[in-house]
Amino acid sequence: MLTISNISCVRGHKPLFTPLSFSLQAGQALHLEGDNGVGKTSLLRIICGLSPADSGEVLWNGHALTRQHPEVVEAFRATLCYMGHNLSLKEDLTPIENLLFEAQVAGRSLSHEKGMDALRKMGLNSRAHLPLRVLSQGQKRRTALARLSVTAAKLWVLDEPFVALDAHSLDNLRALLANHVQQGGMLLFTSHQAVELLQTNGHAIEVQPIRLVAA
Amino acid sequence: MIWQAFWAVAQRDLLLAWRRKSEGLSAVFFFVVVAALFPLGIGPEMNVLRNIAPGVLWVGALLSSMLALQRLFEADYRDGTLEQMALSPVAMPLLVGAKMLAHWLVSGLPLVLLAPVLGLQFDLSGDALVTLTLALLLGTPILSLVGGVGAALTLGVRGGGVLLSLLVLPLFVPVLVFGAGAVEAQVSGLGVQAHLSILMAMLLPAVFFGPLASAFALRIALE
Amino acid sequence: MNILRANFWFHYAGPQAFYGLAGRLWPWFAALAAVLGVWGLWLGFMVAPADAQQGEGYRIIFVHVPASWMSMVIYLAMAFWSVLGLTFNTRLSGMMTRALAPTGAMFAFLSLWTGALWGKPMWGTWWVWDARLTSELILFFLYLGYIALTSAIDDQRRGDRAGALIAIVGAINVPIIYFSVKWWNTLHQGASVSLTKSPSMAQVMLWGMLLMALCFWLYTIALVLCRVRTTILQRESHTAWVQAIAQEAA
Repeated sequence: MLTISNISCVRGHKPLFTPLSFSLQAGQALHLEGDNGVGKTSLLRIICGLSPADSGEVLWNGHALTRQHPEVVEAFRATLCYMGHNLSLKEDLTPIENLLFEAQVAGRSLSHEKGMDALRKMGLNSRAHLPLRVLSQGQKRRTALARLSVTAAKLWVLDEPFVALDAHSLDNLRALLANHVQQGGMLLFTSHQAVELLQTNGHAIEVQPIRLVAA
Repeated sequence: MIWQAFWAVAQRDLLLAWRRKSEGLSAVFFFVVVAALFPLGIGPEMNVLRNIAPGVLWVGALLSSMLALQRLFEADYRDGTLEQMALSPVAMPLLVGAKMLAHWLVSGLPLVLLAPVLGLQFDLSGDALVTLTLALLLGTPILSLVGGVGAALTLGVRGGGVLLSLLVLPLFVPVLVFGAGAVEAQVSGLGVQAHLSILMAMLLPAVFFGPLASAFALRIALE
Repeated sequence: MNILRANFWFHYAGPQAFYGLAGRLWPWFAALAAVLGVWGLWLGFMVAPADAQQGEGYRIIFVHVPASWMSMVIYLAMAFWSVLGLTFNTRLSGMMTRALAPTGAMFAFLSLWTGALWGKPMWGTWWVWDARLTSELILFFLYLGYIALTSAIDDQRRGDRAGALIAIVGAINVPIIYFSVKWWNTLHQGASVSLTKSPSMAQVMLWGMLLMALCFWLYTIALVLCRVRTTILQRESHTAWVQAIAQEAA
């Protein structure tokens, strides 16, 4: 269980949003909403531990994620899958190479078959052995999202996952997210598109909105 | 799992360097060009060149390493791969160490292999060339390991390249002194044991502390 | 206020409290520095006898040696504050380190120049690559590196932390650099013409140098306190207490 307690973020001497508290349990999906520039991406980075919070703390299963508890931090990172604005993919590697390396760097093993399977699900079967730079933007995004179907992570933190996807890929992604939540995973995401996107075609999962209010 | 992650990072970087050969080779060619510039600036008198050879070749290797250092973390920082490494449950210093290993294999080892060839241009004796190679073999990893801290601190900072040089050159002085000193000792008939031992003594802590300090600096850069 | 309690120290770690404390203290340090400076210079230039070998020119050591000491002490102080800053995450540590750097660089520069001024009449050259001077030069580069890095990074917090790391790394390397330069120097120099080897010090010479060193130290403290006060005002300009001060001044 992820708990956010009184987190605030300061940029240029001003707090971005009013201090925020919420918790995320297994089988739950939270949607962070707010205007542009209110600090959604900053908050996600704070939750992941990339940036420090200016006040408050992030708790994982009741323990604070600080330097003093490295085992908690390690366990947290093992079960976290974060996708930020940039795709974290190497342009000179093929999609399958990207997936395989990434899994190994995160301390997991991934078989070639499983990797190809994930890419197939994203419709990238024919492109799996081409260097990423010859793929279209949408195809690159789909490669990035393919990591979701092979990860063992329970907590998914996604920053604008729906951007630049066509209808078919959106469907795939919805199914992926819904499946994850239904299986007991946790989902925290931001999106400018309407959240109703997640509640279509029988993939209905309850998405709770968390609103960031500018301070 | 942990060592698999280590080798994955190293392998990935090596594969990327292989696919973009020009990037890795440019720093090495820089070494060749610098080594050729000195005789052009000083004159072809072999006695003089033989004297200045250890210093010239070492300074050339230093400058070449510094150019290559800028590329150590830059690409990963820009495409988000560095963030994923920071979020991995595997200790970041280990992954950074893997990057440094790959970086040395691409940018440092070629210098070690090229130096004896360039040393011939300066009329260094066979023994001196062997010493030079050994000294560079011990010294260039130190440059990658210690220089990595500077590279990490200047990620995404304005004036990064020159700033990196300013930060890192003072730290390279001991390596330069003992590295060039080893070759000079060989040439003047004194033992090189001491110099090489000291280089080794600098290398071992660098292997441990370099990745640690760099990982810390990378986390600062990612904040 | 029991000085032995941790609360006392952590209280002054807050910018506002430190601003007040620094404001009260710096005039004392400045005054004391002025007194010691005059006394030290008088001892050095008026009282101390001319050196048997070096004549009057040697008197520059009353500035050169204290300046060298200070450049090293200040770097150690920077490393100290850096360690504190990274451990306790206090804002003030970064400000102190940044405030120390320019003065340290100045003393290193002063040491280099006075070394050259000493060398010219003695050995005929403006620069000698002896171990001490060369190490001092590299220390000067370390200072420049710190200043360049912290100026180049826009985000203050990141700049503080990055600077702290480079200061610590530099501090660890200073003994290594000094040792290697010493080695390099003994290897290459035949007759040792050390600028730092002075004959047996007359008591009064030693006193003169000590007084000048103390003077520089107190001057540094006074200057750093002032600089930190300015930095605090800049960084905390959004807080109520700073705006109140600005209003008062207006």
